[in-house]
Amino acid sequence: MSKAALFRFRLFVAGDALNSAQALGNLATLCRVHLPDRHEIEVVDVYAQPQRALAEGIFMTPTLIKLAPLPLRRIVGTLAGTPALLLSLGLGPP
Amino acid sequence: MKKKLRPLASPALAKAAAGIAGFDDITDGGLPRGRCTVLAGGPGSGKTIFALQFLVHGAQGTQATAEPGIFVAFEESAERVQLNAGSFGWDLAGLSPKRLLFIDARPPPEQLQAGDFDLGGLLAGLTAQLRVTKARRIVFDALDIVLAMLPDLAAQRREIHRLHEWLLAQQLTAIITAKSVGDEAANGSAPLLSLMQFMVDCTVLLQHRVALGVSQRNLRVQKYRGSGFDENEAPFLISRHGFEVPLARVRGLVPSAPSSERLSSGVARLDTMLGGGYFRGASVLVTGFSGTAKTTLAGAFAEAACLRGDRTLFVSFDADCSEVLRNLASVGLRLQRFARSGRLQMASARSITGSAETYLARLKLLATEHRSRCLVIDPVSTWAKSGEDLTAHSVADRLMDWAKGEGITLLCTSLLDEMSSRPEDGSPLQISTLADTWIHLSYLVQAGERNRGLSIIKSRGTAHSNQVRELILSSTGVTLADTYSADGAVLMGTMRWEKESSERLADEMAELAEELRRARLATEQAALTQRARALDLEQTLLAGQAASRLRVLERRRERLDQLRGADVQTVKP
Repeated sequence: MSKAALFRFRLFVAGDALNSAQALGNLATLCRVHLPDRHEIEVVDVYAQPQRALAEGIFMTPTLIKLAPLPLRRIVGTLAGTPALLLSLGLGPP
Repeated sequence: MKKKLRPLASPALAKAAAGIAGFDDITDGGLPRGRCTVLAGGPGSGKTIFALQFLVHGAQGTQATAEPGIFVAFEESAERVQLNAGSFGWDLAGLSPKRLLFIDARPPPEQLQAGDFDLGGLLAGLTAQLRVTKARRIVFDALDIVLAMLPDLAAQRREIHRLHEWLLAQQLTAIITAKSVGDEAANGSAPLLSLMQFMVDCTVLLQHRVALGVSQRNLRVQKYRGSGFDENEAPFLISRHGFEVPLARVRGLVPSAPSSERLSSGVARLDTMLGGGYFRGASVLVTGFSGTAKTTLAGAFAEAACLRGDRTLFVSFDADCSEVLRNLASVGLRLQRFARSGRLQMASARSITGSAETYLARLKLLATEHRSRCLVIDPVSTWAKSGEDLTAHSVADRLMDWAKGEGITLLCTSLLDEMSSRPEDGSPLQISTLADTWIHLSYLVQAGERNRGLSIIKSRGTAHSNQVRELILSSTGVTLADTYSADGAVLMGTMRWEKESSERLADEMAELAEELRRARLATEQAALTQRARALDLEQTLLAGQAASRLRVLERRRERLDQLRGADVQTVKP
């Protein structure tokens, strides 16, 4: 995997719910550690954009979608438990 | 000052009809409106069908009366659910999504889970949809699937609570279905169910048991806050019209006034014995061993009904429809013409397999579709073979109640066990106590013959003959013959015939003898008259002779006097 590849994330959160806040924090930390300067995070609040959540089939919050690089990944939860998470994002230890 | 106790200002709990026949009766109107109901049961127990029917029922009606619904599927795909619903004749495709919206909320299989999550996304999406469709009803199908993904009990409780709050805020009438295994459902010990207990106002348990190889489905309302309900297990079935709870007695139903109209049994003399026939709307039971002409008697009733113009349903558990028609034709009961015109519907129940409940529901469906006024079931005892005795009995009970309620005249035949030592001990289903009229057919073996006897064991509200009659089948029909009692025994068949002919002979002889006697007497009388006349004549003759002799004597004396001389007179003093 190219070191330069840009990681694009979309995180669906439910307002300021605890789980969602945790996920956002965890994602930010993860990006800071593993993807400095090569990530984009779009945060979608399902309360603000419910139709969008419905259209994308988001029923559990928080849900993280890794849009790029492919393959698409969908992760539900607070994004705790780093090793498995990193593996699934293609950020496993080299 | 004394304060008067004010009644709590809670209006009667509003109900939302589930559109499930029987269930709405058990619960006195349906599910609690604006509240949450949990539907628990094992796999394949009918939860999804129940829930879907609830939504479909709500979606029917005009813009003003309809209650649009949302179906949130966690387990099956929305397409699968819709496809399955098609088999019940529910036209889901014809319903606009505004009336019934399917949301596929299955977690994608490739989805990874890392840490805790909540249902905020779902509820936010649903809230948005509610504004569009104005849904009043919602179903969360297999919520347990999602809850099981949560890391711990605390999280599960939190999400259930969240859902509860949301439902209350939206004032939706909701059904949440959840799987339970085995007895868990019965005592509510499943962890998820017990978690949900606090939030729900109504819990309905569905069970699917197999007894003696026959499937048996039961429904039980476990709790219903603020409402009375029937606490007993009620059998239900999934028919081609969907979920159905056949009930024996509808709560609070006023029985219809009994009719005093008499219906012919199809056998003229039997009508006479019954004081005019069966009552309309009565339940008639015909018991007897195999081959005692139960079916024939049932056929006679059916023919009489058809001739009268009553639509009749004839259900045979023994033989195919065509066989029954042929066999009945051989005793002069020509039912084919009515079968052709549709007035008579024949149904062979040999093809129906399943529990007594299934039989009953199919029967009710057939009779309702055919608009039958008379119903023949031949024989009802087949039911005893399907599943538990208890169920079969309650089904027979419900059959009769239902027929009464519908004003349908019911004739059931019941096979008795030939080996049974007490043939009149009652039919296997014990329906003899429920039936209004009970006719027993028996064999009497005498002088190397087997003849059929008919007796009326009971007939409510009717004076009836206590005599055993002989049932005679011939190609021209069914008749009853008087039986002869001789030395305390009943004579039938050839012996009756012999007795009859010997009596006839004796009668003729007696008549002849009388005539002869009359002739003799007439002759005698004539002879006597003759003789009286002869005697009269003789008497007249005698009198004449005496007179003439006197005259002769007179003349002789005169002559003698002349001869002797005239002095004779001097001799005289």
